[in-house]
Parts: sequence; structure tokens; C-alpha cells
Amino acid sequence: MELYTLIVLTLAATMRVATPLLLAAIAGMFSERSGVVDLGLEGKMLGAAFAAAAVSAATGSAWAGLGAGIGVSVLLALVIAFATVTQRGNQVVAAMAVNIMVAGLGPTLALAWFNLGGQTPQLDGPGQRFTALVWPGADAAGQHPFPGLLYAQLLSGHNLLVYVAAALVPLSAWVLFRTRFGLRLRAVGENPSAVDTAGISVTGLRYQAIVISGVLCGVAGTYLSTAASAGFTRDMTAGKGYLALAALIFGKWKPYPTLGACLLFAFTDALASRLQGVDLPVVGVIPVQAILALPYVLTVLLLAGFVGKAVAPAAIGVPYAKEK
Amino acid sequence: MSVERPSPTPSAAPAPSLELRAIDKRFGSVHANRAISFSVARGSVHGLVGENGAGKSTLMNIVYGFHRADSGEIWVNGRRVDVGSPQDAIAAGIGMVHQHFMLVENFTVLENVILGVEGGRLLAGGLARARTELEKLARDYALDVPLDTVVSELPVGLQQRVEILKALYRRAEILILDEPTAVLTPQEADALFQMLRRLRDEGKSVVLVTHKLREIMAITDRVTVMRQGAVVGEVATATTSPRELAEKMVGRAVLLRVEKTPAHPGETLLAVRDLEVRDRLGVVRVKGVSFAVRAGEIVGIAGVSGNGQSELLEALAGIRFPTRGSIMLQQHDLVREHLGPRERRALGLAHVPEDRLRLGVVASFSAEDNAILGYHDRADCNRGGLLNRAAIRTACAGKMAAHDVRPPLPGLRLSAFSGGNQQKLVLAREIDVDPRVLLIGQPTRGVDIGAIEFIHRKLIALRDAGKALLIVSVELDEILGLADRILVMNGGEIVGEVAREQATEETLGLMMAGVKGEGAA
Repeated sequence: MELYTLIVLTLAATMRVATPLLLAAIAGMFSERSGVVDLGLEGKMLGAAFAAAAVSAATGSAWAGLGAGIGVSVLLALVIAFATVTQRGNQVVAAMAVNIMVAGLGPTLALAWFNLGGQTPQLDGPGQRFTALVWPGADAAGQHPFPGLLYAQLLSGHNLLVYVAAALVPLSAWVLFRTRFGLRLRAVGENPSAVDTAGISVTGLRYQAIVISGVLCGVAGTYLSTAASAGFTRDMTAGKGYLALAALIFGKWKPYPTLGACLLFAFTDALASRLQGVDLPVVGVIPVQAILALPYVLTVLLLAGFVGKAVAPAAIGVPYAKEK
Repeated sequence: MSVERPSPTPSAAPAPSLELRAIDKRFGSVHANRAISFSVARGSVHGLVGENGAGKSTLMNIVYGFHRADSGEIWVNGRRVDVGSPQDAIAAGIGMVHQHFMLVENFTVLENVILGVEGGRLLAGGLARARTELEKLARDYALDVPLDTVVSELPVGLQQRVEILKALYRRAEILILDEPTAVLTPQEADALFQMLRRLRDEGKSVVLVTHKLREIMAITDRVTVMRQGAVVGEVATATTSPRELAEKMVGRAVLLRVEKTPAHPGETLLAVRDLEVRDRLGVVRVKGVSFAVRAGEIVGIAGVSGNGQSELLEALAGIRFPTRGSIMLQQHDLVREHLGPRERRALGLAHVPEDRLRLGVVASFSAEDNAILGYHDRADCNRGGLLNRAAIRTACAGKMAAHDVRPPLPGLRLSAFSGGNQQKLVLAREIDVDPRVLLIGQPTRGVDIGAIEFIHRKLIALRDAGKALLIVSVELDEILGLADRILVMNGGEIVGEVAREQATEETLGLMMAGVKGEGAA
């Protein structure tokens, strides 16, 4: 019974941890499927996290924060798009430049505006955060272990953005494989010349994909600072953008496998927090540092070849230029 | 410049399907197209020939809207059209089959065909409609392709068919094909020509861009010859000959087939026995082949590309290790002794690889650096642990002079040279050290007619000097022109061996297709 509750709570935590990963990974999927490496996930998320927390603190509205988060993230995405698509610059360099810039700019602006040592104010006013939505009858159902607790903890009790992320998986699969836009997007990441000779703008498609990535990263960043926590702190993305990229590769650039990868990474993370200080049989108490490193170690192991060969979109990373 | 022609009254003669008027295009200092004019009659196949770099591709890219001409006009069916993008070209009824297929490899045939003309935001309806229409097209033009197969799983000939279907599905009336047979077997090429004839008979116009004169003679009605960006002649195919066309292309008399005396083979220099080669996935690519190459003879290996010739060549050169068998060179068993490319080179084995840019040169290096690749540790290239720059430059200049490499600038980046000149430099590098055995893959791939003649002469001179030459080529003409003995490979096996005198294109073609020849090895 005790163990059962523990498992359910761990799974619920998995969902919460997986949300920003999933949003970012799906964001990356659109960008990378169009042939643009999306190392900028980290920076876009971090920028959005800061903007969302700052605007929410200033206006008292989480929704305004979400708008600001998306706005800033899209703006950063457009910077990368201009550098890499229009100017045909190196995609890795452009994205890393944005990541580094945001990592410094966020805390600097926070210090200038709020004078709280590089953080934004604690978001504790009404409506400043996206809080858990309790479904009808969830409280009562939670008293019954099965299936009531599952309903209360897994289906109910999350904030809106978690549901948005979950809905995004079938939605993006539908867009990618059932629509004209999806067909063209997949084509441009594989063979941009084919798209160009078919009379479709390669630049236009890539801009669209990058903007979609910006929007989704905006939601992911907003989630971090106004839903998962109550404010922006320095480097609060903590490599989640890169982890999302790893999940995307692990998921072979497909929506459902990517969801699986995100859940797996999130599960190790949730498990790690549960294991802290717990005296396990045989191994005893595992040092906190080792536990916290678990998701990252797992990433390295998985990407090092335990997943089989992941075939990237063929034209990824290559700026498109017409042949002479 | 203008040619006097009786001007037909507009109503009497039908307007040409496609007419180019004084198309001019410069890329920086390169004048790629100089006032090009020609017209293509409806229901005809029009050839466009010229050497690499003559401006054919640029011209066709202008017609397809990939590039914009600096000046000049494009007329379709008697109306001037402004082609600023492929979209415009498609709308004007122009379709193009590129030399490098414009297909998405991991899409199905159906998905590739509808890309860009999906007919709605959702795919389902468009796919269904396209399927019906494509099945009709396939019936009308005998263009059968499995619609739901992923393109990468189709043989090249069928991939090309998909490209043609793409154009027809977009209602193209004018079909431009850029070097369409470069990747095809003779049989596939014949099938393509059948298809083109059928299209012509249906009233479509076809522009065939090629540098292969045989194809021009076989299928075109008229032919336009380009040299250095300008039209140097336009004739009815029936009134010309390959020799005349070649002269126009190159600007001087050329020999299409270099003359040679009978071979006088001497001792066996290279002996291969029961050689088996597998690829990385463990698939057997070369299935126990045995043959020998003697001093003073050229052995040609014919075959459709992908039948094990590349793997065989790489195994002989030491790039790939065989799983079984022996390669004897100078009393050494290269396989048993596990000798690598460098040791083999020291034993007098030289290798001109099939894929020059992948294995033969570093395109971004200078010509002089490329001229010592693989031989860079020799004494004459070094002085006190450093490269002897002056000596390397002098040596390269010497090779360039001896092999007519143009421009003769050792310091120039290799990628700035034409394919023919790159190949001449590679050949110069490999024969400079006086090897006993030469392995040559695709001696003239991407090489102009003028340079082909030079390279062929050189190879025959090497034979006459007592070298043993093994040549792998997918060009039957080349095999027939050079080899004294011909081995045909199919499916990793040598399916036949023919002396040159007994070989014809037909017999070799059949063997290449897998029909066992007489006296199979």
C-alpha cells in the first residue's frame, strides 16, 4: 500500500518533470525536421522563463507572462533563423551564441529591474502562476487507492500547461504526417533541393518551423518559472534544452517515441528525488550527487548506442544554397 | 549573327513549343551563356550537347527558373513567359528531370509526386486523387512504378521514372532531361528512350541535355551544340555524324576511339584467386572471383555499377580487406600478409580510385599538395622533417606539363580545376612513381571529350610500356575502346570473360544483365 502510493506519486512527478522536456523536444522536432539543428532550445527556454516570470511579477497575470515568454522565445528563434536561414550561418554557432547571451542577460536584467540578486520576485499573488487544476471529484476519489488515486494524481491535479504538452503529441503527429505542411516540412529536412524544384520556398518553410519551435519553447520556459516554480532563478533550465534534444534523438525525431524518451528521462529524475536519503538494501544511502547525475548518465548511455542507430533528417545542419 | 530564314507567317506554322531568344548570363567574371537562341518544335526531341562547363546546365536552370537570365526571353507556345522561379516554369508547362534526382529518399513515390501540388491542406484527399491520376498516367505512358514504395528502395531507373511522373503529373508539355543516362545501364537507357519516344508521339516536347553523342544520334530530331557558353551549331540529327558533333563540341578534330596495336601480354603481374569481399553489414559483395592481369595488357571490368566492381577494386587497392582468397603481387600474398595501401604502393601497385573526390583527392587542397598525396613521405618531398615546398612545386609543374593539366598552376585549389584536369593530375601522380600494376576506376568519369582522348592515349601508352592495367568502368564504350580482355561482373561474380575482338555491346549488355556468357570464369 505504501509502495503503491509511492509509485503513483513518482509517476505524477514524472509527468510534471516531463512537461518542459516534452514541450522543448517537440519544439526541436519541428525545427530539426526542417533541417535546422535546434541547439537553441536551452536559450529560448531560459529567455522565456525569465520573461514570463518578470511580466507575471509586474502584471500579476500568468497569462501575460505566458505571452511574454512566447514573445521573447520567438524573437530569439527569429534571430537564429535570420543568422542560419537567411544568412546561411553555422547553426551550432548561432544557437550557442543565443544560449550564452540569454544565460547572462536574464540575471543581469533581473538584477537591474528587481534588485534581488539576479532573480525575479517570488510569484505568490493570485493568478501569477499556473496552478494545479483539480478535476471534479478528484479529492473524494483520492481517498480510494484504486483507481481513485490514479485519477486524482495522474489525470487530475496538474496545471494547464501539462495538459497542453500532452495534447501536443498527437497534434504534432497529425500535423507532421497528415497535413500538407507536415509533408513539406519533412521533405525540406531531407532534401531541400527537391522542395525548391517543386516550387516551394525553402526559406519560408524553415522560418515557419523555427517560429513554431520558438512558440513551444516559450511555453516550456513559462512552465519552468511560473508553474513548476515561483519565479526565475539563474540557469534554471539546467541543461533541459540539451536533454530535450537528446530525447528527440532517442525518439528518432518522431512524436510518440520522443514522448517515451521524455517520460523515461523524467522518470529517472523523479525517481532520483525519491531516492534521496533513502536507505536502500545492499547499496545503502546513495550520495545525492550520484542520484542527481542519473538522468544525465542515462542520456549519455542511451545516446552512446543503446538505442540503435538514429537516422537524422538528411539535410540537417546544412544551410541551403542553390547550386551554381 | 542572325541567320536568314524564310519567316513563316504566324498563322501558317505552329509556334515552337519552347523558344529561347538571346539568353545571356554571367556569374561574376564567367560568361556562362552568351546570347543563346534556339527553339524546340512541338512533338520533337531536341538534343543539347556540349562539354562539361559549356553552359548547358546553366541554360536549363534558367529555363526552369532556378536562375534568372541577365537578358533574353523565353517563349512557350508563341507567348513570352517570365520564368522567375520553378513555380513559374511549372505553370508554363515546363518540367525538369535533374541529373541528381530531386526526390525525398524516405518518402514514398506517391508522396514525392504530390510534394508541392498536394491539392489541399490535408494530405488524405490529395493522395487519393493523385493515386487515381498516376495510375492513369502509368497506363497511358507505360510508366509503371510502385506508388507506395519508399524511393530509396527503388533502382535508379525507377527513381528516374518517378521524376518523369512528377513532371507529367504537373501537366508538363516540355520535358527537360539533364544527363538522364549517366546513372543507367544500357538496357535502362533503352527503356528511357522508348518512353521519350512515346512522349514525343503524344505531342510533348523533350529537351535532352547530354554529352554522350551516341544518345543524341539515337533519339533526337535536332541538336544544338554549345561550346564555352555559346551555340556553335544547330543541325538536324539525320544530317550529322558523331564525329562532326564532337568536333563542334571541342572545337578541333577529336578521336572518339583511340587507335591501338594488338597487345603482347607478358608475365602475370597480378593474380587474384577466389577473392571474397564483404561490406560492413557482412553482405558478400564479391563472390570468390579469380583472374589475372599480365604485363602489357589492359583488362577491363564491365558491369552495371553496384555489382561488386567497386568493392573488388577497393580490396585490390588495400582500402577494404577481403574475407577470403588471395591477391598475388611480386611473390607477396597481399591478403595473407595483410598489406595496406602504403605497402602495396611500395610493391608497385598504383590506384586511381573510382570516386575521385571521395578517395582520390582533397578538393580544398592545392594541386601541388594533391599531387603528392600518398607519396608525401618520399625523400624527394621532404627535407629535414619538413615538406620541401620548392621541390613539390617544381615536381607538380612538371607533371602538369607532361599531362597537359590546365591551367598549369600548382598553387591553385584543386576544386578550381575541371574534372578532366583533376583526373589527369591524379593519373600523373599515380604513374609518376613507375608502378608495375595500375588499378583504374572509372578512368574518365566527369571528364570532357578532349581530355578523354588524352587519358585513353596515356593508358594505352602505359600498356605498351609493359604495365599491367586493370580498368573498371561502367561506360561500355570505354571498355570496348581500351580493354584487350573484358571481364563482366554481375551480382559480385565474374559472369563472363571475352577477348576484345569477340566482344560486342549486345553480348556484354546481356552478360551485364546477368545472362551467363560463354567461357565464364
